[in-house]
Amino acid sequence: MVGRVITWWTILRICLEERLVYRGDFALGTLMRFLPIVTQIFLWSAVFTARDWRPLQGYGYEQFVAYYLLTMVSRAFSSMPGLASGIAGQIRQGEIKKYLIQPVDLIGFLLLTRVAHKAAYYSVAIAPFALVFFLCRSYFGDLPDHAATHSLTTAAAFVVALVMSFLLGFFLETSLGLVGFWFLEVNSLLFVYMLMNFFLSGHMFPLDMLPEPWRTIVELCPLQYLAYFPVAVFLGKFQGGELARALLVEFAWLAFFVALSRILYWRGVKRYSGYGG
Amino acid sequence: MRIIEIEGLRKSYRVYQKREGLMASLKGIFHREYREVQAVKGIDLTVDEGEFVAFLGPNGAGKTTTLKLLSGVINPTSGTARVMGFVPWKRDNEYRRRFALVMGQKNQLWWDLPAQESFRLHQQIYRIAPSDYDRTLGELTELLSIGKLLRQPVRELSLGERMKMELTAALLHSPQVLFLDEPTIGLDVIAQHNIQQFLRHFQEVRRTTILLTSHYMKDVAALCRRVVIIAQGEIKYDGSLSGIVDRFSGHKVITLQFAEDEPPREADLVRYGQVLEVQPPRAKLRIARAEVPRVLADVLARYTVEDVAVEDRPLEEVIAEMFAQSETRSD
Repeated sequence: MVGRVITWWTILRICLEERLVYRGDFALGTLMRFLPIVTQIFLWSAVFTARDWRPLQGYGYEQFVAYYLLTMVSRAFSSMPGLASGIAGQIRQGEIKKYLIQPVDLIGFLLLTRVAHKAAYYSVAIAPFALVFFLCRSYFGDLPDHAATHSLTTAAAFVVALVMSFLLGFFLETSLGLVGFWFLEVNSLLFVYMLMNFFLSGHMFPLDMLPEPWRTIVELCPLQYLAYFPVAVFLGKFQGGELARALLVEFAWLAFFVALSRILYWRGVKRYSGYGG
Repeated sequence: MRIIEIEGLRKSYRVYQKREGLMASLKGIFHREYREVQAVKGIDLTVDEGEFVAFLGPNGAGKTTTLKLLSGVINPTSGTARVMGFVPWKRDNEYRRRFALVMGQKNQLWWDLPAQESFRLHQQIYRIAPSDYDRTLGELTELLSIGKLLRQPVRELSLGERMKMELTAALLHSPQVLFLDEPTIGLDVIAQHNIQQFLRHFQEVRRTTILLTSHYMKDVAALCRRVVIIAQGEIKYDGSLSGIVDRFSGHKVITLQFAEDEPPREADLVRYGQVLEVQPPRAKLRIARAEVPRVLADVLARYTVEDVAVEDRPLEEVIAEMFAQSETRSD
């Protein structure tokens, strides 16, 4: 067990080092992530000006901005830039062989790599994040009593939801990338996924604004856990038994995608080694 | 002791066939034609511990496919293979910790980091004890003289230097069996020589079993006593390098230096065998092996000969001829 932890630590350390090689690209990529939020704030302020600042489906202007800022946090956990396309590329170029020859598990290795990427990202992004939240503190003025800022239980549930959203995002995109064993080129599949993700994860607007039957459809879909759900937990929209049940459903989705990625990898390798290349 | 045992190993691929043109591309969306390609057609081979075996063969002969089968990257269509008692394509971790595969055209190191970081990762992946790691790395660093390069990002190394790093990475866990696929491809003569010398020394000291594929006859001549020739997915020859010439070349080359004043005309020499070259007073003839004593006696009796040399044909030539023959036969 100790040996394993040392192995994980070494992989993490080396991935971190690799991440920091291209300092300029890394810094720029980290900072540019804040740009969309500015355009979003302008967009919604224009919408609300036109509406004479009347609330929209229960969301006022402040709540909208607060929602966006919070989805930025959940997406910082759940988004996996380059993961699926990277896996498909490795399959296409035969680099996947390395994981068949060496005594190392591809999915476990990629997960550690991703943890390292995220760790490097947070350590740099925490300062601008803090600054943005400080500047926008007025938007968080009237949070309900059971929001994460007031209740320890909600705060804990928020952290759990975030960690699970990271894992869910990882295994979901890994599964997509592994489809590359069958199709080699997965870019159009990824485009469809990105598009669905944009609307169904709550990245564009709070999902509880949606009318029926869309609301139910979105709730049956795992994408809401990538952006909307952690924010909803933070804002205290789920309480007590409902919160526990929602977290359990998220966990079930996570388990599903862990299993799916395993099956895809197992079958994919079998197919790959059957055809050669 | 036998370390590699292969019996009736076969591997065929299904390859997508596309006709030329856009129409064919459109048809290909709905219906695809496949062709069965037999890369390896039933190979039997045993290798003893500590042997250094070369696989020779033209491109597409099945050499790399065989190495891929033995390293567990692909499954065979039929047949069996055992390496150190393991079935390679089951990919047991225990097996994977005991062999290594180096491909001259593939990079296994982290591109943007110094090689020593990749080595450190290998230490963890292969669970190499720290003392073993330090000792082996020290040894390899010295043998390959790469001490100064360990801290340089891999992308900034030359091809030859990178190959040395690849070899180091592959040998850190002291594999008992090593597969080398074209390890000197693209290298200049000096780098090739360095790698050859290293491999020879390393193999002599460690007694590692090595299977090597290469297009460079010099690699093979310098390193391997045993040569396996594969063409069209079958083993055509298995034996010593010099044995190839004995077995496949029924001819010798005789160079005759005649006295200046009366060199024979080309027409006179034709009856002995094929005339390869005439530059009076010198002539080169290709003579059937069995005929050599009779021809020499006859020539010496008829002409004044100042010097004579009887040689085997160059190995490259014999092998090239063999490959060409096996190709025409299969067509």
